[in-house]
Amino acid sequence: MATKPMRIRASTKDGVTEVKALIAHEMETGQRKDANGAVIPAWFITELTASHNGKVVLASEFGTAISKNPYLAFKFKGGAAGDKVAITWKDNKGETRTDEAAIG
Amino acid sequence: MKKISTLAVLLLALPAAWAGSEDTYAEFKAMMDRSFKTNGIAAKHRMYQLDFQKSCSQEKQPPKAEMARIEAEQLKTIRYPADGKYFGDWKQGEKIATSGRGLTWTDKTPHDNGGGCYNCHQMSHHEVSYGTIGPSLLEYGKVRGSTDEIIKYTWGKIYNAKAFNACSNMPRNGDAEILTEQQMKHLMAFLFDPASPVNKK
Amino acid sequence: MVNPQKYIVLALAATLGSLPLGASASDKLLDGINEYREALADGNPSELVAAEGEELWKTPRGPKNASLEKCDLGLGAGVVKGASAQLPRFFKDTGKVQDLETRLMTCMETLQGLDPKAVVEAKWLKGEKEKMAALVAYVVTESNGQKIKVDTRHPEMKKMYELGKLAFYYRTGPMDFSCATCHGDQGKRIRMQELPDLRTQEGAAAGWGSWPAYRVSNGQFWTMQHRLNDCYRQQRTAEPIYGSDVTIALSVYLAATANGGKVVTPGIKR
Repeated sequence: MATKPMRIRASTKDGVTEVKALIAHEMETGQRKDANGAVIPAWFITELTASHNGKVVLASEFGTAISKNPYLAFKFKGGAAGDKVAITWKDNKGETRTDEAAIG
Repeated sequence: MKKISTLAVLLLALPAAWAGSEDTYAEFKAMMDRSFKTNGIAAKHRMYQLDFQKSCSQEKQPPKAEMARIEAEQLKTIRYPADGKYFGDWKQGEKIATSGRGLTWTDKTPHDNGGGCYNCHQMSHHEVSYGTIGPSLLEYGKVRGSTDEIIKYTWGKIYNAKAFNACSNMPRNGDAEILTEQQMKHLMAFLFDPASPVNKK
Repeated sequence: MVNPQKYIVLALAATLGSLPLGASASDKLLDGINEYREALADGNPSELVAAEGEELWKTPRGPKNASLEKCDLGLGAGVVKGASAQLPRFFKDTGKVQDLETRLMTCMETLQGLDPKAVVEAKWLKGEKEKMAALVAYVVTESNGQKIKVDTRHPEMKKMYELGKLAFYYRTGPMDFSCATCHGDQGKRIRMQELPDLRTQEGAAAGWGSWPAYRVSNGQFWTMQHRLNDCYRQQRTAEPIYGSDVTIALSVYLAATANGGKVVTPGIKR
């Protein structure tokens, strides 16, 4: 199954960059059942990292308590307009995806 | 006699809702007929109105005389418990009051419906997620006491609310076979039992 | 980071723990829910659906291998900006009043050669209905911030308004419900859900203006057709057919009543 693109926005003010990202993912817990009573297999992001010009600024572990299509917002020191911010996730099925955006 | 009263309903209902346009109403009926389909237990015939439903399908309530006529007719539908026992188990009553399930096209059977009471009424001291479409029933038994009269009235209200207010928003739980007699007895206990959280803090 | 599921649990727990029970507890609970909604608004996942829709709009599909870029939603071929704020409307080419979804089906049929039946018969959020939802998300995003401005001057619009109003008050089924049972009074709630009074301009604007919407509780994007369908499910009626006249008539009644109100689509709901 093809992964879907994230929406990433980043802006910088007074030396601090704020990143807002919407991540398209089912985040299925593995504890729900479908209409026929069959368990829907778990499918969720396990790790997520964000980098600024190739340097990691956020590393996190994700789990099943996080909603479908999660929204993530964080700030880091530094960053200038035009710099690249990239976000990469990995899920329990081994899928991975990276998207990037320029700081506006 | 029945036909005459139906006609009267029609005539009374017409002017308020569609400014004398019988054509519009015929068109409306045709539109409703072609716009709906049976899905599961939700059959197409559910779209065909009962006389009183039609009278109550306007911006304003029908005139007083018409309301009284409907109420008298609906009152006749009420069946009181044959064994004279009005009260079941309040704990089961609470579950029925809490459940809003049943009778939709995603429900499988028509036999284990909820009462959906909390959708519209405040009831117990501990449930804060209640609706406000109907009046608060908090401390129902404590406030009203449990005379034969109030017990009989309450049973009737649960069984067919239209007997007391022709265009009430409340479903006819007994008359429309939404709840069983036993389920209504449980609800009665939930409302009246001094140990029920409706009455006890 | 914001985690919606945890957030609501915490918000509810905090409110429940610190307050006496009764009416004020309910009010505080509602405040908590509204606060939660605001927290969500910043990261409305509809954006993800809209992005898919935009791509789908521009991608050639169907037997005619054409995109929807020449679709006329009422403001001229290919104009998407502001289009959904003026729908439903009467369309000369079809001779019908159409809402966004039935109009998109017309475009899919005429431009792409796709059979609208595939949309009508698909399950919600699956197959062609999933694609429809994405297209809708894209189109309605382009009307965000605009004013609802539905033109009711055409006789067919006037007729649909009248039929929609009749449908709004039509009580039927085993529970004797109509739309007005829940949406015909001011300041009411069903459980903790506040109910807009759809008879009034303010209430209709709040309802019509904030759907289609993303529902955080189930992670689903619902179109207006989906919203109306579920209203009827809860009324315990038979099922309205997708795109049927009753859904268009009700939409005209709601949109016309809401005229002048603000479009905040796609909305975000708990």
